Amino acid sequence: MTLPPRLDAGERVTSRRPGDESGPVGRNGPRSTTDAGGGGGGGGVRTAAWAVGLGVLLVASVVLAVTIGPAGLHPADVWASVLAHLGIGEPTLSPLRDGIVWELRMPRVLTAAAVGAGLALCGAVMQALTRNPLADPYLLGLSSGASVGAVIVIVLGVGLLLPFAAFAGALVALAATLALANAAGALTPTRTVLAGLAVSSVLGAVTSLVIFWSATGDSYREILNWLLGSLAGTDWTSVAIAGGAVIVIGVPLLASARTLDAFAFGDTAAAALGVHVGRSRALLLTGTALLTGALVAVSGSIGFVGLILPHAVRLLVGSRHRSLLPLSALAGALFLIWADTAARTMFDPRELPVGILTALIGGPVFAVIMLRNRRLA
Amino acid sequence: MTDAPSSTNPGSDGLRSDRVRFTRGRRLIIDDVDCTVPAGNVGALLGPNGAGKSTLLHLIAGVERADAGTARFDGRDLAALRRRERARVVALAEQDVQDAPGLRVAEVVALGRTPYLGAFAGPGELDRAVVRRCLEDANLVDLADREYASLSGGERQRVNIARALAQEPELLLLDEPTNHLDVRAQLTMLRLLRELAHGGLTVLAALHDLSLAAGYADHVIVLADGRIAAAGEPREVLTPELIREVWGVEATVLEHPVSGRPLIAYSEVAGVQLADRARGDRVDSAPGDRA
Repeated sequence: MTLPPRLDAGERVTSRRPGDESGPVGRNGPRSTTDAGGGGGGGGVRTAAWAVGLGVLLVASVVLAVTIGPAGLHPADVWASVLAHLGIGEPTLSPLRDGIVWELRMPRVLTAAAVGAGLALCGAVMQALTRNPLADPYLLGLSSGASVGAVIVIVLGVGLLLPFAAFAGALVALAATLALANAAGALTPTRTVLAGLAVSSVLGAVTSLVIFWSATGDSYREILNWLLGSLAGTDWTSVAIAGGAVIVIGVPLLASARTLDAFAFGDTAAAALGVHVGRSRALLLTGTALLTGALVAVSGSIGFVGLILPHAVRLLVGSRHRSLLPLSALAGALFLIWADTAARTMFDPRELPVGILTALIGGPVFAVIMLRNRRLA
Repeated sequence: MTDAPSSTNPGSDGLRSDRVRFTRGRRLIIDDVDCTVPAGNVGALLGPNGAGKSTLLHLIAGVERADAGTARFDGRDLAALRRRERARVVALAEQDVQDAPGLRVAEVVALGRTPYLGAFAGPGELDRAVVRRCLEDANLVDLADREYASLSGGERQRVNIARALAQEPELLLLDEPTNHLDVRAQLTMLRLLRELAHGGLTVLAALHDLSLAAGYADHVIVLADGRIAAAGEPREVLTPELIREVWGVEATVLEHPVSGRPLIAYSEVAGVQLADRARGDRVDSAPGDRA
C-alpha cells in the first residue's frame, strides 16, 4: 500500500497562507486533535457514558411512569408485580392493583418506549439517507401511508392484518415520495420534503374519504385515535409488535452506521468509499418503512419524535451514526414514555392522544431546525 | 502532436483505460477513451467544460459503470474488483465540496477508513494513525477539531483530499482540486500532489488552468467532446494549434522564466470557433485529426 509522504515541519509552516482565516497558525496550536484523529477514542467513551446514563434513566423511567396515575402506586409495587410475573417473587399486590401494573400500564409504557425508540431510529436513518435534516417518517409520508393501510383494515374489520396493511401503506408512500422527488431532479432536501408533503396530503385525503364513507360509531373513534397518534388501549400484543420490530429491524440499522456515515457527502462520495449506494439506500429505506409500519400499527401516526430526537442527540455526541443511532433510540424511548405519561395524566380523567402533545412540542422545534439550516432551499 | 497511448505496454504500472465508453440517456459522454498515467506520475486531465472530465474520473473510480471498455490499475480491472477492494485502490476527491452538518474535520477524514472497517468494529490503532498522518500531510492538524461546515473553500478541498488519502489509495483522482482556491493555495495544493506522487502515489487531476497543469503535471490528457484530443508530456501536447482547436482560444506558449516549463498566454477568442459554437456546431470544435 502506498503511503503518502510527510512534508517536514518547516515546509508545512511555510505552506500556510498568511491571511488564512483558520484559527491558530503553525505547529504550536492546540493539539487536542490526536484523540479525535481516528474518530474513536474519547468519542467512543463519551458515547458509552451517555448510553449507560440513558439506559439507567430508561429503566427508572419505566418503573416510575407505571406508578403515575390514579391508583397511588409505589415503585416497589411495580418491582413486586414484575418479579411475581417473572416467577421470581410471591405476588404481594391485590389482583386489582396488580392488574393495573401488569395489564394496563406496563404494556403501555413499554409500547411507548418501543415506539419512541423506533421512530427516533427511523428519523436518524432517513435524515442520513436523504441528506435532509427535516426527514422523518411523518414528514416523508410514511406515517400517512401506514395510516391509510391501517384505516382500510379497521373499516373492513380484519384487525389481524393491521401491521401488514400499515407496512404496505408505508412502503407505497415511501416509494411515491422518492419517485416524485427523483422525477423532479436530484433528491434535494427541498424536493424530498415537498414530495412528502404532496404524498401526505393525498394519502390523508384517502384516509378521510374512507372514514367519511364507511366509518361508524366505534370504528370512527378508533380511527380518530389512529390519526392523532395514541397509545391508549395498548396491550402486550402491542409490545410484541413494536418491540419485536425495533429489535429485528433496529439491529441491522445499527450495523449500517458506517454506511450511513459514508452518505454524509452524497452518493458519489459514498460510492467512492466502496458503498453500494443504490442497494444500501433501498434496503435501509425499506427497513425504515417496515419499522414505521409496525409502529403505526400499534400507535397511529405520532409525529415529530423521529425528527426531534436525532437532532437533540447530535448536539450531544455529534453526527457519527455509531453514536447517533443507539443514543437516538434510547432518547426516543425516554421522550415518548414521558410524553405519553403526560398525555394520559395532564387532563385526568380525560386522556389526550400523545400525537397532539408531540406535535405541540415538535412544531416549534421543527421551526428552529429550519431556521438553523437556512441553506436548505 | 498526439502520442498514441494505446501503444503503451499493457503490463506496465499505473492507470490505463482501454476504449472506455459511456452514454447517459442517448448522449455519448465518453467515446472510446484510451488513456494512461504512469505509476508515480501526476497526470492532468484537461478539456473545456462539458468535455467529460468528471465523468471519466467517475468511471475510473467505479462510481459509474462504463458501457464498454476497461480501466486498469497495475493490470487489475478496476470495475471487476469488489467495491471495498476498489475503494482501497482508487480514491476520488470530488469537485463540489458540500456541507456535512455536524461533522468535524477529523471525523470527515476518518470516513476515508470506511473500506477498511467492519459493521460493528470501531476504528483501530492503525486507522487512527493513518487519519493522523493524513491530517498532517494535508496541513490540517490545527483544524482537526473544527466543524467542517465552518471551513473556507480551500480548507474544505484540503479536507477532501485528506479523506481520500485516508483510503490509502494507489491511485488518487481529483476533480478540479484547485477550484475556489487563491493563487497560493493552488500552488500549495499542486505541490502536495507532486509530493504524493514522489512517494509513489499515482495522481490524476482534472484541471482548468493550462499553465498550472503544464507547471506541475508529468503527463497531460486533453479531452474534448468525450474523446482524447491529445496526451503526453505537457511541452509536446500543449501547442497553440491544439489550444485553438480544443478550447477555441488563440494562445502563445512561452517558457516559464524560472521553471522553464510551458507557460500559456491567451490572446484572443478564436473568432471562427466562436461562430461555430454559437450555431451549436460543437463537433467541429474538436480536432479532426484523431479519427
